This record gives sequence, C-alpha cells and structure tokens, in this order.
Amino acid sequence: MRLLPFLISAAITTALVVTLNSRLLLPEPLGSLLSPQHGIWQNAEDANVDFNADLKFPQLTGKVQVYLDDRLVPHVFAEKENDVYFVQGYLHAKFRLWQMELQTLAAAGRASEIIGDKALNHDREFRRLGMVYAAENSLKEMEADTVIKAESDAYTAGVNAYIDNLTESQLPIEYKLIGYYPERWSNLKSALFLKYMSYDLAGHDDDFEMTNAKSYFSDNDFNKLFPLIQDSLDPIIPKGTVYAKPKVIVTPPANVDSIYFNNKDISDINEEKPDKDNGSNNWAVSGSKTKSGAPILCNDPHLALNLPSLWYEMQLSTPNFNAYGATFPGAPGIIIGFNDSCAFGFTNGGRDVRDYYEIKFKDDSRQEYWFNNEWKKTEFRIEDIKIKDKPDYFDTVAYTIFGPVMYDKSYTGNRTSGDKYYAVRWKAHDPSDELKLFNLLDRAKNYADYSEAIVNLHTPGQNCVFACKDSDIAIRAQGEFPAKWKGQGDFVMPGTDSSYMWQGMIPQDEVPFQHNPARGFVSSANQKPTDSTYPYYLGRNYPLYRGYFINRKLSAMNNITPEDMMALQTNNYNVFAEMARPIFLKNIKEDSLNDDEKKYLDILKTWNLNNDVNEKGPTAFDILWNKFYHIVYDDEYANAPKNTMEPYESTLLESVLKDSTYKFLDDINTPETETLKDDVTAAFRVASVELSKIEKDGKLEWAKYKDTHVSHLTKLEPFSDLHLPIGGGTYCINAAKNDHGPSWRMIVSLTPKTEAYGVYPGGQSGNPGSRFYDNFVDDWVEGKYYTLWMMAKDETKDKRVKWTMSFSN
Amino acid sequence: MKFIISLILTALLSFVACIFLPWWSIAIAAFIVAAFVPQKPFVSFITGFIALFLLWGTIALVISNNNNDLLAHKVSVIILKIDSPVTLIIATAFIGALVASFAALAGSYLHKPKQQQAA
Repeated sequence: MRLLPFLISAAITTALVVTLNSRLLLPEPLGSLLSPQHGIWQNAEDANVDFNADLKFPQLTGKVQVYLDDRLVPHVFAEKENDVYFVQGYLHAKFRLWQMELQTLAAAGRASEIIGDKALNHDREFRRLGMVYAAENSLKEMEADTVIKAESDAYTAGVNAYIDNLTESQLPIEYKLIGYYPERWSNLKSALFLKYMSYDLAGHDDDFEMTNAKSYFSDNDFNKLFPLIQDSLDPIIPKGTVYAKPKVIVTPPANVDSIYFNNKDISDINEEKPDKDNGSNNWAVSGSKTKSGAPILCNDPHLALNLPSLWYEMQLSTPNFNAYGATFPGAPGIIIGFNDSCAFGFTNGGRDVRDYYEIKFKDDSRQEYWFNNEWKKTEFRIEDIKIKDKPDYFDTVAYTIFGPVMYDKSYTGNRTSGDKYYAVRWKAHDPSDELKLFNLLDRAKNYADYSEAIVNLHTPGQNCVFACKDSDIAIRAQGEFPAKWKGQGDFVMPGTDSSYMWQGMIPQDEVPFQHNPARGFVSSANQKPTDSTYPYYLGRNYPLYRGYFINRKLSAMNNITPEDMMALQTNNYNVFAEMARPIFLKNIKEDSLNDDEKKYLDILKTWNLNNDVNEKGPTAFDILWNKFYHIVYDDEYANAPKNTMEPYESTLLESVLKDSTYKFLDDINTPETETLKDDVTAAFRVASVELSKIEKDGKLEWAKYKDTHVSHLTKLEPFSDLHLPIGGGTYCINAAKNDHGPSWRMIVSLTPKTEAYGVYPGGQSGNPGSRFYDNFVDDWVEGKYYTLWMMAKDETKDKRVKWTMSFSN
Repeated sequence: MKFIISLILTALLSFVACIFLPWWSIAIAAFIVAAFVPQKPFVSFITGFIALFLLWGTIALVISNNNNDLLAHKVSVIILKIDSPVTLIIATAFIGALVASFAALAGSYLHKPKQQQAA
C-alpha cells in the first residue's frame, strides 16, 4: 500500500464527511440534508402517495378504522372510547408532529434549546410568567379526573406510538433543517399546549402602559383618553338585560384613591404580548330566521395565520359520541365543531385576568416580602434553561402569595431601570380541567348538556355559542373570572397587603348568557359582554365594530341559508369607515388641493366602504385615519415615557363625533388652537404624499397594500404563502389582516341531516413537501367552503374515501 | 469491464448501506469496493465519483419527479438561494460523488502500484 497517498486521501475523505455532516463550516450539514435516502428528499412526498396501513399497537383495547378522504381529513371509528384518543394522538403526530412539539417547547420556555440564546429572553419571560407552573397545576387537576386522565393517557400513548417508530429519514423536514430530534410526548405537554392557548387568548394586559398613562396625564385628560364607556358598544348580551344582584360584593380598599388611582410611579416594562386582535366572530340564528326552520351556527376564530395551521380537521366516532370539527394538534378532543345533535364555537372573551402587584422585598436576596404587616417568606423556583451550544442558564424566580415575581432586578424584559419588583397574578395559574369541557361538549345532546359542560371552562374566558337540533340557541360569556371593583386591575396594584387582591370569583350562575332570545339570534365578536348595569367590573376597552355590524346584519336577515352565512362571514364592509369617513369628508379644506390630493379625495369619496381586493378606498382611508390619529395625539405624547398606553381608535372616533372641539385636536406646540378642519386637512396632505409613493410602487389596491400572508412557523418564505389576494381587515367581519385572520371558518345547519361547511388557510399535512400542505389556502382566499363530511360507518365504499388505516392490538 | 463492475458494486453497496446506516456510509462502501477491485488510483477516483453521481442524482431526480418538484423548488431557495430544482439535484449528485471519489481513492492506495518502478 502507498502509505502517504492513502493517509492524505483518507484525511480528505474524513474532512469532507465531517464538514458535510455538521454546521462547523457550512450553515447546513449538506451531506445528511441532501442524501436522497436520509435528508430532505425523503420529505418530497409522492403525488400518488399511499396512506393505506395496517397497524398494530398493544395499547389499543379494540379495533379502530380510519378513513382518509380526498382532503386528507381522517374519519376515525373506534370500538372503544379511549382508543379514539390514542388514534387522534397518532394522527396528530403523523401529520403535524413538528408543530405540536415546537409550540409546547415555546410554551415551556425551552426555545433556547433549539435556537440558541436569541430565545433566552422569550424563555425567561414564559418561565417567569409561570407557564410551566400553570401547566403543572392543570395537570394535577386533569389527572385527578379519572375520565380525563384516561383520555390524556391514551392521547399521549398514541403520539408516542408514532414517535417511537419514527426513523431518521422520516423525520419532518424542519427537524433536519434545524438539527434536532423530537421528544416523547406527555400529559404535561398537552397541559402546556392548552396553557399556550390561554396565553394567546387570556394573556394580554396593558397594566404597565395604563399605569404610565395615568401617572403622566392629569386625571381629566386621562379620563378623556381612556373613557370607561364606549358609545358604539352593542354588547354580546343586549342592552336592557336585567342582571341579578351580585352574590360577591367587592369593595375597593380605603386608600384606593391615594395609593392606586393617583399613584404617579412610572415603569419601563415593555413586554412580549399576545396579539390584541386574537379575537373571533361567532353567531347562531334560530329556526325562526332560517329558510330550513333549523338553527344555523357559525364561528370563525381569528388568530395568527401560520403554516402548519393551528387547526386540524377530523371526525371522531365511538359508541358514545360522533363529532367532527377542528382539533388542536397537541390536545385530544374536538375543539370547534359539531356532533349528531348540536354545534358549538368560541370567540375570545378578552377579560383582564392578568394583574400585577408591586412587591416590597426586605432586601435584594428576595427571601422575604412585606405582606399584611409582617415579613413573609418567598418560595424560590429555579428554572434551568438549556441553551444550544452554551452552558445552561439558571433563573431563580421568587414566588409570592400573588404568584411569581415576574420582573425583578435580574430580569427586566426591555426595562431600562430594574429597581422595582412586580408579581403577576394570572388566572391561568389556578387549577383547571379544560379537557373536561371538550369531552362533555363533544358528546352533548341538548342545552342541558351544554350548560353542564360549559362551566368547566375557567381560563381562557370565551364566549361559547351553541345551537342544537332541538332548536335551542344560546351563548355564554364563559369563564371563571375575578369579581372586580371598578378600575381594579387596570393598573399595577400595591402588593404589601391583601386589600388589592381579587376578592372572589364571579359565581357561575352570574355569568352573562342568553338562551333562545326573542330577537332570534345570539352573536359575539369580542365586544364587551354586557352594558354597564352588570354588577361586576368588566374593564374598559373591547373591539366594537365587528359585533355592531354583525348584529345590524343579523337583525335584518330572514329566510337565512348557509350560503347567506358564508356571504356574511366573508363580508368586507368597513363599518368603522362608515362612521369615520364623514368626519374626513366634512373637514378637508378642498380649496388649494393639488392634483394628487384631488385624486385621493375622489377615491375616498367614491369608495363603496367595502374593503375589497381591488378597491383603493380602504388604503386611502386606512392611511388617512392613521395620520389623523398621530396628528391628534403625537404632540401630547411626545414627552410621555416610552410604553405609555395610547387611546383606542374608538376613543378618537367617538370623541370627535361627539365634540368637534375635542381637546386633543390642538397642537400643544403651537400658539394657535388647531381645529378639526386643520387636523384633518393636515392629515390628508401627509396621507396624500404617502399614497402617492404607494401608488408608484403599485400597491394602492387594498389587497396589495395589506399583503396578507400565511407564514411558516419558522418564517421561512419558501414554506409560506405570501401576497394573498384577500380583502377584509381589522374592522370587517372578514377580519383578514396582514398576518392574522380567520384561521377556521365553520357553518353548521342543524337540520335533521346536518349540513356543515368549513375551510382553513392551510392543509392537513404539516409537510411542506406534500401536496396537502397548503391546498386549502386558495379556496379560503376566495371565500369558498368545503362540505364537512360527517361520515357514517357504512359509507366505507363512498368514493370520497381514498385510504384506510386499520388499527388493532 | 472492471470499471463497469466496480461502478455498479459501489452504487449498489452504497444504496444498501444507506438503508441501515447514516449517509456517510457511502464513503465506506466506495472505499471497500476500491480496496477489493484494484484499479489505477485515478480510475478508482472516477469510479467513486460517477457511481455516486449517478446513484444520488437518479434517486433525487425520480423522487422529485414523483413529487412534481414541489419540495425541490422550496428547498433550493432555502439552501442555494435560487429557485432551481435542477441545481438542487445536481448539487445532491455532486456531494455524494465528491465524498465517494476520495474514499475510493483512499481504497485504491491499499494496493501496491501495478508496476514496480525498476530501480
């Protein structure tokens, strides 16, 4: 042998293998990634893929047949109840494993393990918010409930049955691109996933921003900027409803005016927040208003638009129940859907269940804090945050009677001065058994069953709509909510005694609801649940306009068909613009407008108030409103601390409609007093300049300007669907914004043979290499719906059945 | 003839190895075939190169074709920054070929040279 040439060529070979197998020199391990038998090519799913399978798992107690239809929706028929959850877990893992895992890692504050220290702040925030603590509390409750424990165990076993048989070449592509492996699933992970939904829906608060606003502005100004009442409110439970006398009497502490309402402390916290538009629409119309005489229920939850979709369609059928709907990969059950008797759906309640308390520690060791006239000991929880390629980060969080001290001297988020301590009291920390809600709803047969099921929903608070074949319709602003006195929780509260703590929970029989109202429909779109006669404090600001418009439309409709409901769900009418445009048209000084300005004014004037794809009016209105808002408020806010709450759009609109000499119209930096005409005209001039630039870029048409897209969870563009030609927007029923919108649209007609329609912007497969990855998106964009097929057991020869998976033990 | 046989053996052994072992077992396969089928070093090098170029290139081509190039369009943008399934397939073939060629070369050096240089 020729030693030297051998050694050299062997060394070169080794160097090549090492380089191509790691991220030392290359950004990706191109050898393993491009190996046709291991890497991404294994994820390039054959267009004629065969999903037929015969699978045996000893954990099953009976047989389960799964029929996959031409949209890859599984129809699961199980002989034994818990087997259906096992197979649900298996299918969730088979088609959406990466997404399930990633969402629970993010929820648990473990993103740094995968992406490295850029995620450290996110992880610290989530751990300090007590996400894992909340999930652990939930888990205890879940596992104490024997039915739910069995359900969760089966689900977890199903997910693990898939993971345990996964080979490296079959890993979802994202694991290969990022470079990690899935972990086994557990009931805790399901609990974490549900807590993540709680965070997304009930984790929003503006306490620090509001506290800063209250400290900075005079009382008078503050009340004008943040009124307690919204004029255009059409509450979920109509005005005039009479509420029972409250059983929980709440009284503000004696010192509330001096210490709380007049507190002038400023804080600098800038938190990571869930999208405040995480809302939705739902409604149910009774048979008296429909063509068929049967009720129709509709729901479209509004969430971040992502691929893979948050939702996964399936049918679950056992001897005890038969249900179809949208499910969450990460948890068992049907979440928004229908069974053979009834249908149900949710919109976000938006109630404030996350409050902060300022803690006085004895010293920086944080071992003791002052509470009710004595020093109390804290409990420490050490969070071990693993970081990819770096040593672990240990974060020691102090727990008080209120909850974890989220912000302290060692963690400020984006705080500039870390000299105060704030504990967070979040309702999601309390033990709860959300899965029981879905377990009971999935098999509910009538209003009584719905009423029994719904009280199991504590957090997140949701407006749950219901309709059944008995012809009942109902809605409940459901949750377990703290009973608050007026203003409680709007601002940071003192944490040195119990006087500011939540004084009790609103009893379940005092939760606002409607059952078969005379007006023939129930609806919610995240507006305030009631008018101000409700005896508990509900907070200040809620989205108004979609609810207002939905009610206007439903009141006027009769002989309603499912197609009418499709048209309503995809309605692009901008009722906010209907109210605001007259202000602009009346107050733009039309003399001395240049040609561009004349053109844009004409566009604004002739616009039909629909945010349709090719309309230019919505763009002109949107930009003009934005400029007007800033001209009005920027001068007053110029010297405010950063993170000072800004007024809601509805506040500006309503204030100006009521009073054309609204105080804030004046520019405080000029000697003159500006008028509404001055501000509107100035805004219009600035807007025209911007509109002209946008027009030159070819983006004046609304859909181009709005640029709606559905992003892959990693934000990789090739895995995302960009530049979608869809109309609608924030104030429209079709609430499709830039990256947020109707993540599921469902319409169910409760005729004797149920007629149901639905669509979501995604696809049943989470594999970007599959033709089922995003095949629903175009239809969703166009406002089309698929027929939701509640398959019967004997329809196995139906031509819609494309593949069969047989499970047995 | 020896060339064709070693070409086929390298491709076949690599394919079988990759069913059970990680991707770099192609280096072991190429090395072993070159060690057992004596050829001039340069010929072994070419054998390894062509065998894996064809093996990986063909498998990738067939897979991508059956997939209507759906994933190749996306992954080529992510990895190569250009939208070109063909380039991705060629890159795949080239990477396999590169590793196998040097492995085969190393294997060929296990033999004494065909002709001893006369003193």
